[in-house]
Amino acid sequence: MKPIRILIMALAIVGLTQTATHAQPLRIVIDEGVIEPLPVAIPTFVAAGGEAAQYAAEITRVIAADLTGTGLFREIPASAHISSVTSFDAPVAYADWKAINAQALVVGAVEMAGGGNLVIKFRLFDVFSGAALGEGLQFSGTVEGWRRIAHKVADVVYSRITGEGGYFDSRVVFVSEQGPKNARLKRLALMDYDGANVQFLTDSDDLVLAPRFSPTGDRVLYTSYETGRPQIYVLDVASVSRVALDTSGGNMTFAPRFSPDGQSVVFSLEQGGNTDVYTVGLDGSGMRRLTDAPSIETAPSFSPDGSRIVFESDRSGTQQLYVMPTSGGEAKRISFGPGRYGTPVWSPRGDLIAFTKQNAGRFHIGVMRTDGSEERLLTASFLDEGPTWSPNGRVIMFTRETQGESGAPALYSVDISGRNLRRVATPSAASDPAWGPLQN
Amino acid sequence: MKHFTMAAMLIGALALSACDRNSRFGDDAATAGAGGIVPGSPSDPTSPAYFEQTIGDRVLFAVDQSTLSAEAQDVLAKQATWLMENPEFSAIVEGHADEQGTREYNLALGARRASAVQAYLIDRGVAPNRLRTVSYGKERPLAICSDESCYAQNRRAVTVLTAGAGTS
Repeated sequence: MKPIRILIMALAIVGLTQTATHAQPLRIVIDEGVIEPLPVAIPTFVAAGGEAAQYAAEITRVIAADLTGTGLFREIPASAHISSVTSFDAPVAYADWKAINAQALVVGAVEMAGGGNLVIKFRLFDVFSGAALGEGLQFSGTVEGWRRIAHKVADVVYSRITGEGGYFDSRVVFVSEQGPKNARLKRLALMDYDGANVQFLTDSDDLVLAPRFSPTGDRVLYTSYETGRPQIYVLDVASVSRVALDTSGGNMTFAPRFSPDGQSVVFSLEQGGNTDVYTVGLDGSGMRRLTDAPSIETAPSFSPDGSRIVFESDRSGTQQLYVMPTSGGEAKRISFGPGRYGTPVWSPRGDLIAFTKQNAGRFHIGVMRTDGSEERLLTASFLDEGPTWSPNGRVIMFTRETQGESGAPALYSVDISGRNLRRVATPSAASDPAWGPLQN
Repeated sequence: MKHFTMAAMLIGALALSACDRNSRFGDDAATAGAGGIVPGSPSDPTSPAYFEQTIGDRVLFAVDQSTLSAEAQDVLAKQATWLMENPEFSAIVEGHADEQGTREYNLALGARRASAVQAYLIDRGVAPNRLRTVSYGKERPLAICSDESCYAQNRRAVTVLTAGAGTS
């Protein structure tokens, strides 16, 4: 299973268009609560030739799906367009786009280059200002990587209009599930953030749980029952080869996560029925115990600056969230609401901690500030758990399991505002998503 | 009878996946086990079937607890006696949780339950090197409905016999 190698080059298309210089550029400020999505027109990219036309149509569709999938944009359907774009360099008929209330306009072109490559150019226009928003850009890459190029275009559009980093050109590692609830088969799988390009990383011979990406996305930590008991493994994504993480002495190891520099792992180790938090070098060196209590300490997650670790513990009697220095030492409890709190994950921006909350027979995904203040519950269902952050810290993906004998898990995403709850398409039941970084 | 079939499936799965395993009941028995038949007769006090069915191979727990009830202690005392009388067997104690809980916590909770059973059996005289533990958390429910009638069956620790006198 060799991953598709994609080389994508971005070049600025300079000197072709005047960019906007007015005081109030087109902008969605996400924090202010976007109720009304911004109308955007994305006419099918202009194609040079028949083969390019096929890619042009698909690429345009993916860009539109990325943007509207955020809940921040509404696509104006092609049937409502007054003018059509037949040339990438033709002057923009602003009046025609204004007339259908398109506030943003994305114009692009696709052509086949030699050696199985595609070249995509695009420009973003602020229709009501009558000017381009930023420079035109050109991406080139292999035809196999056409979806990635489309995601890159959408990331630029999203970024320019929201002022936030994008997240479309990213991947998610997760557990693909099949079979009945009492004999579930599980295997690791990798996909684009939108559910496309699924590839399996393990077979379903052994139970596997909770994969986690390395900061650069080249490796995945996960837990497998390969030896008959849960042990942590490190998988190299490119070669799909794995080695056991060397953590001798315990009965079971699980709940691993990478440090922000990718060089060490924080995880749980169980001994004699007692579970605590440890760290170890990726090469198995320098294992250190960070908590030492008779209670359950698990689900550790680093702050993005690497200075602190948030984890869950039932030392107070129920699962609650605690923050401690990376070197161990005194932990400070940060969750105080009703119910139980688990699976904390520090956001990539460092400002929030996402968690699973259990209260009054329901499960929630929520976020709070790193000191525990301003708790907000984003979802509610029979069983929601295991949040993971988009690379820009704006969206959370998680597992939602339905109840009953035919109950099965699926992946969902939700904006940190609590809006735009969506199911992520997967080929079969799926759980334990971990969102990787934005790709280069 | 359903749970016996399930236990046999788990035995089969473990036997296939455990790399440091001993042959559980010899090849013939392992094959029979995969088909849902526990070796021996429930009325033969030296047979694994007697251990599983007549004594009972499992104990149940209250929500989020690993404390052994009086009833559980009674079953475990009999398990301990049987294990001491049948030294050719060892056991893996499997701890499980119901689905009402997060994955990681339930793994740790299952380990607590397995460990409580292991400690009790050792306290009753079973040699520590004959007992191992593993937690399945909420990954292997026995009963699959989503209410207390099923959850109660899933919050369990199962003493699974293995062939062999234990490891040092």
